[in-house]
Amino acid sequence: MAVRIAPIAMIFTACNARAPTDGVVIDFWGMGREGEVAQQMMPEFEAEHPGVHVHVQQIPWTAAHEKLLTAYVGHVSPDVAQLGNTWVPEYVALGAIVPLDSLIKRTPSITANDYFEGIWATNVLGDTVFGIPWYVDTRLLFYRKDLLAQAGFPAPPTTWAQWIAALKAIKSRDEPGQYPIYIPTNEWPPPTILALESGSPILKDGGRYGAFDDSAFKTAFHFYLSLFQNGLAPKLGINEVGNIYQEFERGTYAMWITGPWNIGEFRRRTPADFQDKWATAPMPGPTGAASGVSLAGGSSLVIYKASRHPREAWELIEYLSRPEQQLRFYDLTGDLPARIETWRDTSLANDPAAHAFEEQLHRVVPTPQVPEWELIATRIFDYGEEAIRGGVPADTALARLDTEVNNILERRRWLLDRPHRHEGR
Amino acid sequence: MSRAPGERAQARAAWVFLAPALLLITTFFFLPVVTGLALSLTDFDLYSIGHPDNIRMVGTANYRALAQAPMFWSALKNTLYFAFVGAPLSVLAALAAALLVNSRLTKWKGFFRTAYFAPFVTTLVAVAIVWKYLYHPRFGLLDAALGAAGVHAIDWLGNPMWAMPAIIVVAVWRSFGYNMLIFIAGLQRIPHELREAAELDGAGLWARLRHVTLPQLTPTFVFVGVITAIGFFQLFAEPYVMTGGGPLNSTLSMVLYMYQEGFRWWRLGSAASIAFVLFALVLVVTILQLLWRREET
Amino acid sequence: MKRHRAALIALHVALGLAALGTLFPLLWMVSGSLMATGEANSFPPRLFPAHPTLSHYAALFTRLNVGRYFLNSVIVAGGATVISLLLNSMAGYALAKLHFKGRAQLFRVLVAGLVIPAQVAMLPLFLVLQAMGLVNTYVGAMIPAMATIFGIFLIRQYAMGIPDDLLGAARMDGASEFRIYWSIVMPVIKPILATMALFTFLSTWNDFLWPLVALTDDAKYTLPVALAGLAGEHVQDTELMLAGSVVTVVPVLLAFIALQRFYVEGITAGSVKQ
Repeated sequence: MAVRIAPIAMIFTACNARAPTDGVVIDFWGMGREGEVAQQMMPEFEAEHPGVHVHVQQIPWTAAHEKLLTAYVGHVSPDVAQLGNTWVPEYVALGAIVPLDSLIKRTPSITANDYFEGIWATNVLGDTVFGIPWYVDTRLLFYRKDLLAQAGFPAPPTTWAQWIAALKAIKSRDEPGQYPIYIPTNEWPPPTILALESGSPILKDGGRYGAFDDSAFKTAFHFYLSLFQNGLAPKLGINEVGNIYQEFERGTYAMWITGPWNIGEFRRRTPADFQDKWATAPMPGPTGAASGVSLAGGSSLVIYKASRHPREAWELIEYLSRPEQQLRFYDLTGDLPARIETWRDTSLANDPAAHAFEEQLHRVVPTPQVPEWELIATRIFDYGEEAIRGGVPADTALARLDTEVNNILERRRWLLDRPHRHEGR
Repeated sequence: MSRAPGERAQARAAWVFLAPALLLITTFFFLPVVTGLALSLTDFDLYSIGHPDNIRMVGTANYRALAQAPMFWSALKNTLYFAFVGAPLSVLAALAAALLVNSRLTKWKGFFRTAYFAPFVTTLVAVAIVWKYLYHPRFGLLDAALGAAGVHAIDWLGNPMWAMPAIIVVAVWRSFGYNMLIFIAGLQRIPHELREAAELDGAGLWARLRHVTLPQLTPTFVFVGVITAIGFFQLFAEPYVMTGGGPLNSTLSMVLYMYQEGFRWWRLGSAASIAFVLFALVLVVTILQLLWRREET
Repeated sequence: MKRHRAALIALHVALGLAALGTLFPLLWMVSGSLMATGEANSFPPRLFPAHPTLSHYAALFTRLNVGRYFLNSVIVAGGATVISLLLNSMAGYALAKLHFKGRAQLFRVLVAGLVIPAQVAMLPLFLVLQAMGLVNTYVGAMIPAMATIFGIFLIRQYAMGIPDDLLGAARMDGASEFRIYWSIVMPVIKPILATMALFTFLSTWNDFLWPLVALTDDAKYTLPVALAGLAGEHVQDTELMLAGSVVTVVPVLLAFIALQRFYVEGITAGSVKQ
C-alpha cells in the first residue's frame, strides 16, 4: 500500500506548494508582449517597495478573453491585471473589480486630465472609474505616400469623398492582384470605426437594442461594402495575406487601417530605403477631419475585489502610470503611452509616424460599454463577411445582425428594466 | 428469502469496491450531464455568476434560438460533413492498410503496423501544429510538392472551400491506424475454410475479396464506421489550433461552437443546449447502428 | 513464380510508400525542430536542416518553461493512471465476479453511459469544480480520468474469465474479499491492467479540451494546453513550435512503442466483444 500512496501524496503536496511567504506577493497578469515586458519593469518597483514581490504571469492574447473570465469564475484572480478597455464593462458586471475613485482622489499624480478624454471615458461606467489607462491603441491609416502622390494626391484624404477618389486614382494603375486598400474581412474595427464616424451609437437605448437598422449605421455599412464591391479592397481575411509588410513594400496594397504596433513592425521588417515611402494619417471622416473619429482602444490596469493587497496593488498601478515609466514602456513595446505629457518627450514628439496617432487620440470614441461588446463586435464582422464574401445582400445581413444582437441583449434589457435592480450595469 | 452469510459478505464487499468509482462517476459525470440538461433550460450567463437570482427558467428558448442562429446550422453542417466524409475515408484507408498488412506475403508486419498506428498515439494539438505548417501556402511542403507537379498553390487553411477537406485529411491520417487494427482482428477471424474453399473453386484475389472477405467483414465495417463517425462528431482540437473555426466559419464544429458560447461568451445556457443537440446526434446514430445489427442477426 | 515475385514487390512498395506518407509529418516535425531559426520557413522549403541545432529545445526548457509543463503532464497523467488502476479494477472485478442484487442493471446503466459524449458533461463539470474550489488544481484536471466507464468495462470483460473455483477455494480458506481481490485477482488480470493503464495514461496526456478549461494558471498547464498557447503567440517561430511538438509527442510515442502489445490487445479485445 505504501508504494501506492507515495505518488498520490506527491500530487497533493504539489497542489499546495506556495511561493515564499516573506513579505507581500502581488500577482500581476499581463497579455502578450506587454506581459513579457512587464517583468522587466518590476525590479525597480520592488526596490522602491521592499518586502513586496510582483509575480508576473503572461497570458497570450489569443486566449486572453476566455482565460481571464474562466479564471475569475474559478476563483483564481490576480491582484492587478491588464484588461483590454473594451472588457472593463464585463468585469464591472461581474462585480470583479474595485472602483478607483477614492484612490484617485488620494493620488495627486493621477487625474483624469492627465489622459486623453476618450480613453479615460472607456474606464468610466455610470460615474465611477474602474480602471487606469496603461497604454492606448487606436486605428488609423498607414499608407504609401509615394503611390498616393503619384496618383495625384500629395496630402492624405480627410473626407470620405477624397478617400474614395484617392483609392480610385490608385486603382487606375490597373495591375491584377493589387488593391488600393487592405481591410481584412474578419476584423471588427474597420466597420465599427466607419459607423462611429457616421455618428451611429451602434447600440441604442442605454445599450438595450442594436442600432444597426438606423440610417447612420446603414450608411457606414454600405460605404464599407462598397470598398469591396468596387474592387478597392480584396476579399480576404486576416491570415490570408502571406506577409503584409512585403505586400505593402511591393505596392500590392497602398493603404491599411491598423494600429500603433505596426510603426515598429514596419521599421523592423522593411528595408531602410522604404522608410520614407510610408506614413500615417488620421482617419478621414464623412464630412471632414473633425468627423474622422476612431476607436478608443488600449489597455487599462484594474484591481480585483478579491485582492488581499489592494494598497500595494494601487502602488503598482501608480508606479506604472508615472511619466518616466510610461515612456520606458513605450520604448520597450512600442505601445503608445496613455498619459498626454509623455508625448512631449522627444522620442514621440519627433517621430513623424506618431503625430497622426496623437492627433487621432484627441478624436476617439468609446465603443458601447456593455458586457456583451466582445460578442457583438464579433458578430458585426461575421455578418459583414456574409455580405462581402457570402453573397448575402447588405440589408439582409444588417437585419439579421440586428435581430441577433437584440436577442443577445435580451438579458441586459430584462436586468436593467426589472423593478428590483441588481448590478445589471 | 434470507441469504447465506457468505453471500451477504460478497454483496457488502461488492458495494465497497464499487463505491469509489461509482461516487466519482456519479458526481463528476452523470450529475453534470443532468445539470447540463437543466442548464440548457435556463439563461445562465455572465450576469448569473455570483448572482443566482438572475437566472431564469426559459424552457426551450435556448433550443429555439439555436434553430434560428445561422452559426448553429453552419456548425451542424460542418460537423456532419466532417463525420460523413471523414469516417468512410478513414474506414477505407484502414481496410486497405489492413488487407495489405495482413496479407500472407507481407514481411515486417510489426513494423508496418506500428508505422500506420503511430499517428493515433500522438497528441492532437502537437500534430495539428505540424500540419498547420505543412499546409502553409508559401512555406508548406504540401504546396511545394504540388508546385513541383505544376499545380498552383492552394491556401488550404485560408480558403473556405478547402479548409475542411484539409482538416479531414489530418483526421483520417490520425485515425486510420486504429481502425486498421480492428480490421486486422476481423480479418483474422474469417474462417480459413471459407478462404480455402474459394481458392479451390479457382477464385482470384479480387473475387475472393468480393465474395468472402468483404461480406464477412461487413459487421466490422459498420461497427468501425459508426464509432469513427461518433468520434468525429466531437471534432474540436484541429479547428481550434489550425483555423479558429474559420475561414468564414467553414471549419466551425459543434464542440468548438459550444466551447465558444460557453467559455468565450459565458452563455452557458446556450452552450449546454448545443451539447445536448450533439448528444442527440450521437444517440440517433448509435440507435441506428443497434437497429441495423439487430436486423442482421 | 514470377507473378508471386512481382506481387511481393508491388505489395511491399505500396506498404513502404504508405508508411513513408504516414510517418512523413512526424519525421518533418523532428527535422524542422533541429533547423536554424527561419530555415523551416524558407522558400523553397527544406527537408533537412543544414546545420542541426538544439537551440530551440534549449529555449523551450529555459525561457519558455516547458520543463514545468512536462512535469505537470506527468503529474496529471500519472496521477490519473494510478488512481484509475485502483478504482476501475475494484469496480470491474466486483461487476464481474461478486454476486449482489442489481448487478446486471447497474452494468447496463454504466454501459448506457458510454453513449454520452464527454463534452456534454464538461461545462457543468466546470461549475461543479468551481463550487468545490477545485478549478486550477491538479486534482481537478485529473477528475474525469480517475474512474471511467470504459476502464471499468475493459476490466470487467477480462475479469469474467477468472475461474470461479479459484475464488471459491480462497473463500473456503477464509480469505476476506479484499484479500482475494488484492492477492489473487490483481495478479491474474495484470495484462488488462497494463492495457488500461496505458490507455489512461495516453488519453490523459493527450487530453486538450478539459485541461484547457480546468487549468487557468500557466504554472499548472499541461503540455497540450501550453503548446496551444505558445502556438498563438509564436506562430512565426516554426522551428520552436515543432520542437515543442516533439517534446509533447515523444514520451507517448516511446511509451506506446515499448508497450504496444498491451495497447493492441486491448483494442482488438474490445472490438471482439462488439
